[in-house]
Amino acid sequence: MAEDCILETTGLVKEFRGFVAVNDVNLRVRRGHIHALIGPNGAGKTTCFNLLTKFLEPTRGTIHFNGSDITHESPEKIARRGIVRSFQISAVFPHLTVLENVRVALQRKLGTSFHFWKSERSLDALNGRAMELLAAVGLEEYAGMVTVEMPYGRKRALEIATTLALDPELMLLDEPTQGMGHEDVDRVMQLIKKVSANRTILMVEHNMKVVAGISDTLTVLARGAVLAEGPYAEVAANPLVIEAYMGTEVTELASPAGH
Amino acid sequence: MSRSVQVAYLIGLGLLLLAPTFIYPILVMKVLCFALFACAFNLLLGYTGLLSFGHAVFLGSAAYVTGHALKVWEVPTLVGILLGAGASALLGWVIGSLAIRRQGIYFAMITLALAQMMFFFFLQAPFTGGEDGLQGVPRGTLFGVDLADDVNLYYLVVAIFASSFWLIQRTIHSPFGQILKAIRENEPRAISLGYDVAKYKLLAFVLSAGLAGLAGATKTLVFKFATLTDAHWHTSGEVVLMTLLGGMGTVFGPVVGATVIVTLQNELADKVGSLVTVIMGAIFVVCVLAFRRGIVGESIALYQRMIGQKR
Repeated sequence: MAEDCILETTGLVKEFRGFVAVNDVNLRVRRGHIHALIGPNGAGKTTCFNLLTKFLEPTRGTIHFNGSDITHESPEKIARRGIVRSFQISAVFPHLTVLENVRVALQRKLGTSFHFWKSERSLDALNGRAMELLAAVGLEEYAGMVTVEMPYGRKRALEIATTLALDPELMLLDEPTQGMGHEDVDRVMQLIKKVSANRTILMVEHNMKVVAGISDTLTVLARGAVLAEGPYAEVAANPLVIEAYMGTEVTELASPAGH
Repeated sequence: MSRSVQVAYLIGLGLLLLAPTFIYPILVMKVLCFALFACAFNLLLGYTGLLSFGHAVFLGSAAYVTGHALKVWEVPTLVGILLGAGASALLGWVIGSLAIRRQGIYFAMITLALAQMMFFFFLQAPFTGGEDGLQGVPRGTLFGVDLADDVNLYYLVVAIFASSFWLIQRTIHSPFGQILKAIRENEPRAISLGYDVAKYKLLAFVLSAGLAGLAGATKTLVFKFATLTDAHWHTSGEVVLMTLLGGMGTVFGPVVGATVIVTLQNELADKVGSLVTVIMGAIFVVCVLAFRRGIVGESIALYQRMIGQKR
């Protein structure tokens, strides 16, 4: 292996009763990169994520993380190895407070998560670290709020804080800016850039401004297969890619700044 | 826990201790047994999001085991109670291990099916007395105190209820309870944070089954018999009703629900006969249509609205 790959898939296939959702995908994510996975609707991006985090079992193919084969591990073990994902729809615990959301992620390391006889005050030791993480995403003043009451953009920020709490080597973000207004998009984009120091990020993203702005490498999926791979400028000029993105999205792809 | 809640609990406990002077103790004990049963059920439904539709099997199994242990093996009372609760916890481990592999309605159906299998076992097994039930269970003594006296037994039942209620309350507000709530709120997210959710659900199931068993064991002691009714699916349905009526996912809701249902059944049984089932059904419909959060849930919501208006 010439490059330092943190995650590598070989011949990854997922079939659903004859329908091939992911077809022979060979993905190589370089350590320290922000790697974006894009493609039209139904291209298999989220299925890919589900395979990588083992929420789905691949039909064929292998997944290697840091050189070890993780193809047959359970999703929670994958998480403990340092691959932590977010979800397309915001993945928070709505009726817990913002602070508690982050604490749930921190709590596992204490090793007391099965202790039903202990007071939850024993978790207060984690509050300092939780507040640091909330501060990192600009949510420290919302710590006591019940999560369900927060606006959408802040929930996504909380989700990132919760994911960061596990200090993952590889962060998988599924459409982190989906459904956000312009200001929120910029904030989250800066945030992703900021947290990408010392870790690798693989993200599914539709917003070309974000993709062009922060990603180092880009993989285009179409109909379950890899269509193109490389830096943004190279991929955007690829005629195959332009063809796959018909209509308005072609212009979007060609001029990301004019979004 | 806030100070006002602590004071409310102390007042409640004080009332319980004084209750036998003005209410028939057997009725209060019955209410307490079902309240404990409903609280145990609520730990699973309200705080883990698992709807077990066969929870009566844990009440019934413990009732039979305790009854048999006290009557035939003649063990001390406390040992009999612990054997009953332990047997239910063990059965909870078996049923739970099978049921938690599925979610939602499938989970409910597996628990119901396994509970029905146990019901027919109890119907046929020689030690349960079949349709006649297991009768004439001696209450025995505890630390030299004769439990045959209703008032003496009453204080034992209050102690069992209070300590179990404390344990449930503690479980809900423990590091473990925090994970249970996270699983209830968003299971895929809990998995993606590295939690093996099956293990947490199983422990919650075993705790709930064990505590339901404790309620069944205590009930045998109160009535001096164990019958098929305890393990019947009607009882499984009743505990759902009690929990929903009182307020699912609230600490005190199941106690209120159990009190209302048991008292109503007791009051109405002589007056309306089998119409009592119809009345229970009507209450259930009204509860689901008009106040879904249950008596306690709606009261809390009303209180919060009033506070909100004052600001």
